[in-house]
Amino acid sequence: MSIEEVHPKSQFLRDERLPHIWCPGCGLGIVLQSYINAAEKSGIRLENHVLISGIGCTARLPGYANLDTYHTTHGRGIPFATGMKIANPDLKVTVISGDGDLFNIGGNHFIHAARRNMDLLVVCVNNFNYGMTGGQHGSTTPPSSLSSSTPYGNIEQSFNLPYLAAAIGASYVARWTVMHPRQFTKSLSKAMDIRGFAFVEVLSPCPPNFGKFNGFSDGFAEMEFYRKNSVVDNEAKLEDVSIDPHHGKQIILGEFVNKRRPSFIELEREVNRRAMVVEK
Amino acid sequence: MIKENKPNLSQDEIWREPVNLALFRKPQGKVHVIAERCKECNYCTNYCPNEVLERSTNTNSHGYHYVQVKAGKESSCVNCGMCQTICPDFAIFVTEVQ
Ligand SMILES: Cc1ncc(C[n+]2csc(CCOP(=O)(O)OP(=O)(O)O)c2C)c(N)n1
Ligand code: SF4
Ligand code: SF4
Ligand code: SF4
Ligand SMILES: [Mg+2]
Repeated sequence: MSIEEVHPKSQFLRDERLPHIWCPGCGLGIVLQSYINAAEKSGIRLENHVLISGIGCTARLPGYANLDTYHTTHGRGIPFATGMKIANPDLKVTVISGDGDLFNIGGNHFIHAARRNMDLLVVCVNNFNYGMTGGQHGSTTPPSSLSSSTPYGNIEQSFNLPYLAAAIGASYVARWTVMHPRQFTKSLSKAMDIRGFAFVEVLSPCPPNFGKFNGFSDGFAEMEFYRKNSVVDNEAKLEDVSIDPHHGKQIILGEFVNKRRPSFIELEREVNRRAMVVEK
Repeated sequence: MIKENKPNLSQDEIWREPVNLALFRKPQGKVHVIAERCKECNYCTNYCPNEVLERSTNTNSHGYHYVQVKAGKESSCVNCGMCQTICPDFAIFVTEVQ
């Protein structure tokens, strides 16, 4: 063994910022590595990749990638990304943000971007809570979960994100966990090629908050839970893929949707062409 | 309903050639640890298929027991890359030994 200082991915990282701020066992570093590996393999020049986030622990992720990155305001990653993509359609614009950021404060932006089939890749790191602010529950917290704001158990039903994205019309929908880094990376690569709205949910441990409140002694215990309780079923009926571990339900992973419909950028080009003809 | 994924393999895919052991060499890897970045999550130690890694009794400047290769396991790494892929902290990687 040798104590080496240069990680093989360091050219894609803002190495001087490491070690990062995330907790021991936090899955966000695995998401970052998977995104970097997918971008590297994507065949798209690295200077054409842009990575955008809102606010939260997950939203710190672009700050470690050695690309053009933007850390925007809470919930507003998608509108910022939409503007950037429309202004420069040559860019491959990816939003990586937390479940709270994308689906609580930013939920409306998500449904409208999916409805428009906006040419974006949106990755939601779902750790089932607001990690950054101390583990409060939100719209992705599974029923009966304990959290700092549901000490007697969450009484709400949580969003089934793949079902939601597919119902609105996303062109690509997948779900993985950070315990499945190879499948997740492959899925990101594929999603980067999609014309239209691509959505990937990735489940990730948050050991000091959701993990601790729900009986996982550390990150490894949560990783083991994902390993033992996940099944891959690409053909799953999406209304059945809600996450409900407290009632013994298995977690269903896979690439659920990959279908072609005209994207916003394609339709915009088309309408601009027609408008030019009329103007002349 | 939870369905099982049934493999749908053709005859060709099932019918594999036996490995020619005379030509096949087990890959070997060399482990590199960036001790200052390790946060002792134990993902690599638990998921290494050959149990090559362990926590050191020493700590880095942040107080974490960083990871090291077990004594006697110096040539047991098969360069599968699992430790590198699963490490959330970019603290471990492997290179191939030719
Ligand atoms: C307008 C606004 N409201 C509230 C906050 C406080 N806040 C910071 S992060 C966060 C939640 C983040 O949750 P999530 O997106 O799931 O990210 P995680 O930390 O779990 O990765 C909240 C509510 C804020 N920064 N700005
Ligand atoms: S609080 Fe949770 S999400 Fe935030 S860095 Fe720690 S483990 Fe990760
Ligand atoms: S490359 Fe594979 S065998 Fe080698 S130390 Fe890492 S996990 Fe173990
Ligand atoms: S996975 Fe990385 S951070 Fe975790 S113990 Fe191994 S080297 Fe350290
Ligand atoms: Mg969260």
